[in-house]
Amino acid sequence: MEILVCVKRVPDTSENEIELNEAGNDVESDDLVYSINEPDNYAVEEALQIVSRAGGTVSVATVGTEEDEEVLRRQMAMGATHGILLTDPQFDGSDGRGRASILKACVQKGNYDLVLTGVQAEDGAAQVGGMLAAMLDYPFASLVTSIEVLGDRKLKITREIEGGNKEVSEIDLPCVLSIQTGINEPRYVGMKGIRAVQSIPIPAYGASDLGLSSGETGAADAKVTRLDYFVPALGKGARILRGSREENAQEVAELVAAKGGLR
Amino acid sequence: MPRIFAYLTHRNGVLDDSAAELAAAAKKIDPNSSPTAVVVGSGPQLDTVCAEIQKIYVEVWKISNPALSYPNAELIRKALVKVVPSGAITLVAHDHLGIDLAPGLSIKLNAGYVSDVVAVEGLQANSLKLVRQEFGGVVSTHVRCEISSGAVITIRPGSFKAAADLSSPGAVLDKSAEVGGLSAGRRYLETVVAETSDVDITKHAVLVSVGRGIQEKDNIAIAEELADALGAAVSCSRPVVDAKWLRKSRQVGSSGKTVKPKVYLACGISGAFQHLAGIKGNPFIIAINKNPKAPIFQVADIGIVDDILEFLPELTNKVQELRGVAAK
Repeated sequence: MEILVCVKRVPDTSENEIELNEAGNDVESDDLVYSINEPDNYAVEEALQIVSRAGGTVSVATVGTEEDEEVLRRQMAMGATHGILLTDPQFDGSDGRGRASILKACVQKGNYDLVLTGVQAEDGAAQVGGMLAAMLDYPFASLVTSIEVLGDRKLKITREIEGGNKEVSEIDLPCVLSIQTGINEPRYVGMKGIRAVQSIPIPAYGASDLGLSSGETGAADAKVTRLDYFVPALGKGARILRGSREENAQEVAELVAAKGGLR
Repeated sequence: MPRIFAYLTHRNGVLDDSAAELAAAAKKIDPNSSPTAVVVGSGPQLDTVCAEIQKIYVEVWKISNPALSYPNAELIRKALVKVVPSGAITLVAHDHLGIDLAPGLSIKLNAGYVSDVVAVEGLQANSLKLVRQEFGGVVSTHVRCEISSGAVITIRPGSFKAAADLSSPGAVLDKSAEVGGLSAGRRYLETVVAETSDVDITKHAVLVSVGRGIQEKDNIAIAEELADALGAAVSCSRPVVDAKWLRKSRQVGSSGKTVKPKVYLACGISGAFQHLAGIKGNPFIIAINKNPKAPIFQVADIGIVDDILEFLPELTNKVQELRGVAAK
């Protein structure tokens, strides 16, 4: 099974408090720590587990700049064989459709049976996997929580639906799946592992390598544009307790009791 | 002015609550619009659902097809592409089905796509200005979507106040013949119903709910001790289940349980909308989080900016003291 996993380097929300800049129109980018988008990490782990059972190789691709190579390296340290950087000034400002177009060209350059993405990235859009599948005319499933390889070019998958229920389906290969967090336990990657893959070349493909014409990617052709960032004026919000820890705990205990919480 | 469509969902003959919310969102996009509902399914259940939709929408397009008796996103997409005219704005609820359906639908309709919209600013010339959130709700963004070739927009459930019923019921148009045969590369096999466990978090009046801030499995005991003192149960948000620190049956949220406690202690929970979607019945929410900017403080009644690993043991002491006093 040849698997391509589409990954993204994003600000790590467990390492950063996401705040606005002084102008109040963009995320403060000084000192941001970046890492692999968490759902993408689960997707790579799932791909590695599939090839350990069914054979094959795992490739990881990202749309970005040289800075994004570090997440490819990290996923190669996990066990991905190939990294692919999709980079071109023409790609700047692409919307979800533009990024899906770039990835589509990358998929068509290879010979993949299965394409995985994380369920969503920091923008919460959950869009590129479904778009990519539609562009390729591959079947698609989102929010996937288990994958079993059947014979005859088919997978048995479960996806998450409402109320904690799970939907079980059969899906034909090649297909695109967006992977939900919690599907597996991603393996640990240490500095030693990253050093071990440091010298493996990562090819960089631009628009012409991918056969992408202008009109498919980039800001000028984006139908969707983010105009700004803002923090909305809050509703009433919480009453913040400002006492000592002990005073706050006392007040909370009394509040819970007053609300009938001590039974 | 582009025509607006709303793709509506139903389960077991019951129309989803999002139906009236999508109608409200359509009115925000264009106050003069009269959105058209599109619903797919089969058999008498579909007619029952259509009767409900007629109360909200002036025009209802019904697509009856045995292949659509279970909502398979690929089949639904193929059906919609056959009936929705180019250049239209199509609204879809941002739920488990919408995430499966809408991105691909936008490609096949050659339309712009904006997902998980929480507010509509309005229509200007050839673009639509919308509000969505990033980073789990910590920041919001204005987004402009060019609509000269139409748009597919998913709407966050609960973000729009349901539209009122019409004074007289709308008309149902049967569009089934325009769709014809359907097949998909993904075929539904079965639904596995959520596991139940010893603790039913939906039955508790008080929940001590833990999130990523609990940091490691061994720390769950800190929440258990507080829950024991309160006579409460421990529930959690998604990252805790992903890390296998608690079972899925303890998860509150759109992909977990819907709970209706009187008091909800959100401990180290950031407050992503998927989590908040599982909290119903307007409980008294007490949020404890190290990050003063955590979205949970926007919806909580009481907030404490503190490390839960330090605060919860202190709270357990205070609850036990209070119980001691009460017992005397």
